[in-house]
Order: sequence, then structure tokens, then C-alpha cells
Amino acid sequence: MKHFPAYYTVWHITGHYGLRVVAFLVLMFLMLPIVVIMPLSFNAEPFFTFTEGMLTFDPDAYSLRWYQEIVDDQKWRIAIRNSFVVGIAAALIATTLGTLAAVGLSSPWMPYKRLITALLLSPMIVPLIIIAAGMFFFYTRFNLVGTFTGLIIAHAALGVPFVIITVTATLSGFDRSLFVAGLSLGASPLKVFWDVVIPLIRPGVISGGLFAFVTSFDEVVLVLFLAGPEQRTIPRQMFSGLREQINPTILAVATLLVVLSAAMLFTLEVLRRRSARLGGAG
Amino acid sequence: MTDNTLDPEDARNAAREVRKRRLQAFIFVVPLLVFILFAFVAPITTMLYRSIHNPTVANLVPETLTALEDWSGEGIPDDATVIQFVADMKRMANDRTSGQLADEINRALPGMSSVIKSTARSLRRVDDAEIAANGVMLLLEANDRWADTATWQALRDAGPIYSSSYYLTAVDLERAPDGSIGARDVQIYKQLYTKTLKMALIITVLTMLLGYPLAFFMSQASDSLANFLMVFVLLPFWTSLLVRTTAWIALLQAGGVVNSTLIWLGLTDEPLELLYNEFSTILAMTHILLPFMVLPLYAVMRGIDSSFMRAAISMGSTPLGAWYKIYLPMSLPGLSAGALLVFIISIGYYITPALVGGTDGQMISNIIAFHMQVSNNWELAAALGSLLLVLILVLYWLFDRFVGTDNLKLG
Repeated sequence: MKHFPAYYTVWHITGHYGLRVVAFLVLMFLMLPIVVIMPLSFNAEPFFTFTEGMLTFDPDAYSLRWYQEIVDDQKWRIAIRNSFVVGIAAALIATTLGTLAAVGLSSPWMPYKRLITALLLSPMIVPLIIIAAGMFFFYTRFNLVGTFTGLIIAHAALGVPFVIITVTATLSGFDRSLFVAGLSLGASPLKVFWDVVIPLIRPGVISGGLFAFVTSFDEVVLVLFLAGPEQRTIPRQMFSGLREQINPTILAVATLLVVLSAAMLFTLEVLRRRSARLGGAG
Repeated sequence: MTDNTLDPEDARNAAREVRKRRLQAFIFVVPLLVFILFAFVAPITTMLYRSIHNPTVANLVPETLTALEDWSGEGIPDDATVIQFVADMKRMANDRTSGQLADEINRALPGMSSVIKSTARSLRRVDDAEIAANGVMLLLEANDRWADTATWQALRDAGPIYSSSYYLTAVDLERAPDGSIGARDVQIYKQLYTKTLKMALIITVLTMLLGYPLAFFMSQASDSLANFLMVFVLLPFWTSLLVRTTAWIALLQAGGVVNSTLIWLGLTDEPLELLYNEFSTILAMTHILLPFMVLPLYAVMRGIDSSFMRAAISMGSTPLGAWYKIYLPMSLPGLSAGALLVFIISIGYYITPALVGGTDGQMISNIIAFHMQVSNNWELAAALGSLLLVLILVLYWLFDRFVGTDNLKLG
């Protein structure tokens, strides 16, 4: 039994335990929907609920058939490949340009800093449907609709704010005199950037890149408007699966994606700790 | 010799040095700036422009429109104008562009789509001399709606390249033939904006009610427990939006987990209709947006010294009284940051309402998508989108003004 201060009344103690119960229930609300779909994806029947066999742990009630379906179905295979191709390409563009820009933005000499920062962060604020409509109008003129190039450019633009935020945060702990020292020793700004700045801010750059990758990997609204049938990604395939015929293959895909997010979260946490050790705010 | 003043030479050098440094910093930003201007800013600008700019009709029947400028607006236009239009119709029928005109005119005057298409079909093989001689009769024979003044007014009013009519439609207004502005018969969009704001408000309040106790509990917990609990907030946050929407569909559908549990418990005989309505949209969006509330709240609460509360309680305040007088004002920056963030994000939400919203859970984004993809009324979609953009920017400006964007953290 926990000891409470002497001035606590029964109401304080009720409040203390009440808060625990409420916090526990909210955490359940957050986690349960995601946890529940995992066992359901091993259902031997095409149902979205637990069968009697599953509840009695009958081995026959479980199967890997929906996972087999992902492997067998060419549509899913192409979607998985497309998601990685677009995600990696978009993240590379966003990270390269974003890191360069973050270095410039964190310089005390940067002109129009507030305005330019706001402009570069704006893809994060504008609703996706508006971005999608605008890009559809504009990209059509350059024949970019229905191409990988168009989709990659669009997703790279979405990833930019995340790179700017993470890299600028890491740079806030970066000693600028190192940059000046490099310049004074005769190196070009680009060389100092590559040999001095990058190694020091690497954790921030990698987590920014991961954010940009995840942004593209999860994104579906722009895909709906800008991609043709050949550029279908995993979320796009899930979207049509949920609209047309629902079967537990989607749950199997969803389970795999949860595992992937958990791995991503773990990586980011490791990076954050490393960057915190280096003195950045990450 | 000690000289503390700068001579003009020094000042010039210093100014040159400052310019050089500013330029150096700026050069790093240039590639991204160019990229964002092309990939993002230009598209948004195009959309804003599109909401007032529609050259379709002007490009299809330019000469007819010029001829219509002299028309008084009563009866039907003179023979020369009508014959010009018949010639244009024949050309469009052969170019297969009459459908575009049909779509445009049909928006102002329902029913015109089939009139224009059938008229164009009937004129496709008529020779030019016949049109010059008997054009007016040919047109009136093709369909008697060409004898209506309203038809010609609609054609004339669709002519201007720049028009505010899409904004009027977007707020349920229309311009009468005499130029006055009045309410449209069908009121759709104002109601939809109100509904979107209402749903966003409900979602914001729900995330506050759920997120506040959780963030408070986490801020009071030991570091290791708080870090452990943080995983349960961050994992859903990082999980794909579609995965979480899929989870709700699996849970709530007729044969889903919730319904089969309710039936098994004997609470209901028939599966309840939990999915494809406003309820499921609000529930799923609350779940999806809850981390956006918890994260800023937790960041602020962790910095609040809990001894203030203990002091108040030890001096006889009730826990609720102490919370209201002391803790709430101190946690307000986190609460308002979370609330505005959730509110802004939910106003522009598209995917979840599209998948679990059914008919009564649709929000403003869904109608924009509808006009983009189904009805092909791109100008109206652009006008609705521009209004939504202005709304979001105003909210964001308020957010920056009163809360400050520094409270935004990614986790």
C-alpha cells in the first residue's frame, strides 16, 4: 500500500487511482485497435473477427494464407516495390536539399530567415487535398501526372519540412566556429560542409531522412491524384482494397506495416539518443 | 597609433564582408527554394488562379461570344449571331469538343448537356452553305430550348475568362441574369463547411478529454515509466494512417470484433451499424489525432514543477480546485498548441472520412475530391480549396501569434 501525505482525504486518494485508471484506458484506446488486427491477420477464415477456433487456440484456426496472398499477388508485389522506390528517391531529394538549406537557415547572416523558413515549412500546414489539386493542375502542364518523376517530386516536397525541422534542431547544438575555422584554413564552404558539418549532424540528417521516407511511404492523397496505375503504392492499394473488396490480406499488410513502424521508431530513438549525446537537441 | 574610428575603407570592407556572408548563407538555401517554388508554391498558385480563371468556353466559341456582346439579352440573338453559333457547333461536333461546352453550360443551366450534345450530333454532317442559309431554323428544329432566352444568357455568362461565379457557388450564392446576387436554391457548401467545423471541434474536444489525463499521468510518472508509456503514444503516431483506418474498419464492421463481442455478451441481437457514418469518422479521427494532442501537452507538463500543486493541496485546496487555479493555467500553452494542431489537421482531413464516413461523415475535403475526380468541375474544386486554404492560414496565423510554433515537436 502506497503512503499518502497525511493531509490527503479519501477524495485525493480516489483521484490518484482514478487518474491511473483513466490513463490506462486511454492507452488501451490508442493501442488496442492496432494490436487487435495482428492476430486477425493470421485468421484461417476470411473473417474480420475472432473465430471460435482462434479463441480456443486451435492451431487449425490460424494460418499464413493472407501473407501467402501478398507474396502471390503481383499487384501487392508491384505496390511494395513502388512504395520503396518512390519513398527512397523522395527522401534522398528532400534530405539532400533540406540539409543544405538547414545549414544556410541556421546561419546568423541568413537574409529573410523567417519568411523563407515559413515558405519551406508550408507543405506541412496546407491540407493534402489542396496540395493534390494544385499539383494536378500544375504538373499536367509538364506531363508529370502519371509518372514516377512527378510522384517523387511531389513526395519530396512533402518531406522537406521534416528534414528542415530535424536538421535545424541538430544544428542548434552545432558550434559554428568550426565552420568559420574550416573557411579560415582555406577550404571552400562546400568542402567544410561535407567534411566538418555533415559528420557532426549525421544523426539529425538520418532521422530527417527517415521522417521524409515515412511521409512518402504513408502518403495516399497525392498518389490518388497524381499516380497512374503503374505507380500504385502500398497505401494506394490498401485504399482501393478497403473501398472495393475487403479481405484479410489488408490486415496482413497492415500487420507488416506496424512492424515496420516499430522498427522505424526504434531506429529514431537510437538516433535521438546519439544526437543528444553529441549535444544537439535532435 | 591607436585609432578607434573606422575610415571609409574599413566600412566598405566590413559591408563587403557582411554581403559575402549573407550570400554564402543564402546560396545553401537556393537549391531547395527553387525546388519548393516549382514543386509546391507554383501548384498552389495555379489552384488559386484556377478558381477565378476558366477559358474553356472562350476558347471553344470565341466568335459567337464576340457576336453575343451586342445582344440586348432579350428574346434570342440576331440571325448572324445564331448562324455563327451553329457553325461553331458543327466544328465542335467534328473536333469532338462539344462535350466540354455541354459540361460548362450544364453547370449554369441543368439539362443543357444533352441538348448541346444532341444538337451537335445533328449538325455534324450539314454542309456550310446550308448553315449559312438556314442556320437559325436548323438550330430551332434540333431542340426547342434554343428558343429560350435563358439558354443564350447562360452561354453569354459562361464566356468571360475571369469569373467570381465559382466563389459564389462555393458559398451557395448565384448571380441572377439581371446581375443581382442571391441565395442558390440548393444550399450545400455552407452547410458542409459548418459540418466540417463542427466535426473538427468535436474531435478536438475529445482528444483534449482523453489526452489531458494521459499526458498528466505521464508527466507525473518516473522517467523510465514515462519513456515506456511514450512508446504506446508514438507507435500509433508512427503507424500508417491507412493501417489505423483499416483497424477501425475491422473493428466496427457488421461482422467485426466489436459487434461480435456485443452479440456474444448478449447486449444486442442484431449487429449495430457502427461503420460508414459520422460516428465512425469522429471515432477513427480522434484515435488518429490523439498523439498530436498528447505530445505537446506532455512536453509542457513535464516542465511544470509539481510542488505547486502539492503546496496548494497541503494548504487545504481540493485537488480539483488546485488543478483549476494552478495547474490548468500553467499547462494551457500545451493544451492550446495541441487543440489548434488537432483542429487544423482535422479540418483538411480526407482519407478517413472517405473510407469510413459513408454519406453523412463526409467533410469539405471529400467534396473537393468529388469535384476534382467525379464531376470534373475543377474551378469549383479550386474555389472550395482556396476558401479552405484561407481558413487554415488564418487559424495558423492565430496559432503562431498566440501559441508560437516553437511548441511544435515531432516526438
